[in-house]
Amino acid sequence: MNSFTELLVEPFQEFMFMRHALAACFALAIGCAPVGMLLVLRRMSLMGDALSHAVLPGAALGFLVSGLSLYAMTVGGIVVGLTVALLAGAVARATALREDASFAALYLISLALGVLIISMRGTSIDLVHVLFGTILAVDDPALILVASITTVTVFTMALIYRPLIVECFDPGFLRSVGGKGAAMHFLFLVLVVLNLVAGFTALGTLMAVGMLMLPAASASFWAKQFWSASLTAAIIAVIASYSGLLLSFHLNVPSGPAIVLVAGLCYVFSVFFGRYGSLYSRRRAGGHLTG
Amino acid sequence: MPAITLTDLTLGYERHPAVHHLSGIFQPGSMTAVVGPNGSGKSTLVKGIVGILRPLGGRIERQNMKKHEIAYLPQQLEIDRSFPITVLDTVILGLWRQIGIFGGMKRELWAKAEEALRTVGLSGFEMRAISDLSGGQFRRVMFARMLLQDSPVVVLDEPFTSIDSQTTIDLLKMIKRWHAEKRTIIAVLHDFNQVRDHFPETLLIARELIGWGPTAEILCDENLTLSRTMSAAWDDEAEICAEERV
Repeated sequence: MNSFTELLVEPFQEFMFMRHALAACFALAIGCAPVGMLLVLRRMSLMGDALSHAVLPGAALGFLVSGLSLYAMTVGGIVVGLTVALLAGAVARATALREDASFAALYLISLALGVLIISMRGTSIDLVHVLFGTILAVDDPALILVASITTVTVFTMALIYRPLIVECFDPGFLRSVGGKGAAMHFLFLVLVVLNLVAGFTALGTLMAVGMLMLPAASASFWAKQFWSASLTAAIIAVIASYSGLLLSFHLNVPSGPAIVLVAGLCYVFSVFFGRYGSLYSRRRAGGHLTG
Repeated sequence: MPAITLTDLTLGYERHPAVHHLSGIFQPGSMTAVVGPNGSGKSTLVKGIVGILRPLGGRIERQNMKKHEIAYLPQQLEIDRSFPITVLDTVILGLWRQIGIFGGMKRELWAKAEEALRTVGLSGFEMRAISDLSGGQFRRVMFARMLLQDSPVVVLDEPFTSIDSQTTIDLLKMIKRWHAEKRTIIAVLHDFNQVRDHFPETLLIARELIGWGPTAEILCDENLTLSRTMSAAWDDEAEICAEERV
């Protein structure tokens, strides 16, 4: 029993940075869950990934200007992330290229630019930190930043919940009743970028999207309504954060990949044993209903 | 009840007219079938009427009604049928203009939604996910939603395509009820017998207007032959049309 606590609780009791990281990840889990669910429902899962790459040069520029400064990197990430999202949308509307293709093009340019900027100035260790995150980086300001972004996310989602859902479910109808569909889409993109930026302090730019997508993709196997699926996604993300941080602590591996891998395990489990649409539920014996 | 007036209306895509120099009035409370061969501009016309498509020329006047007040059932629904949402929540969207983004659902509004579902014969389906519905049931849900929109003008683009006869009969009854309530009905249809049996007015179009008036007069052999021979021109070298017909 003693070794049990030693393994599961003590790292957090003993070390401030572990508590910080845990709190940051829990906040991330709550903010990312509804945003990730909407990405899944809008078939924009891969766009979340593209955006996470696109954030890199912003963070890199911040890094170039003021080293591993949280605020510079955050502001840079938000500005560049939003620019890429808006540019991709604009290219898709103004030309014959579709939105996914223009997103792919822009994120690749963005990613290459980011790696280039970091390699110009920093060492490869810095690059690894920016790409994969480090739990040691979650200090008080980082924690406050992540918590603020989660708060903004949750409140914004609550405010625009209805039109956001309708825009996702039936955009034609929202237009026909004069709803502001495009504005909702833009606000939603802002939330995606904000949460990716929140994620990269603890998880790194490459791994941040894991917190966004994996719990959401898993949750769609367990719930049939948006709010219950979001709740499930948040719970999965909390479990993944806790276990991932412990793994990272005990095995001395980077926190980002550890957390994302645990979330990945949850996903694999859901694919096989989830309640709706999983391999198991589709093969379940027991006959059919009479009506 | 407002009339919808079209004056020398030209609608189209990339400057090519799909509806050419159309003028006329949908009288308040009228019930008009829009018919014509494929590619004759029927869908284009209703998109113009509900304000999705901007005219290339001419005008559409909706009197003092905003375009957002028109209840519109498009031919190509943009709805994601796999979206996790219940039948009741879908129907309630019809109350959007009343509850908007923040408004709450009062008890009488819930009762209205239940009543709308009963009218389309889907009582007991409230909590079912829309992904579980058949094509016909889903069309009924769309009608229930329009019922709640309570709009003075109802525009339907091929409302009965790929729907069985019983569902068609039920939905036609609803349209006739709206007509009896003095709403203006505009419906794109293909079945001439259906039009003859149920729609007092007909607008026959083949890019150009062929006839607009009482159904029996419009759907004569002469007009129908004419409509089939009208060419749907799509000539990139075509000259700019400077004609005005008012």
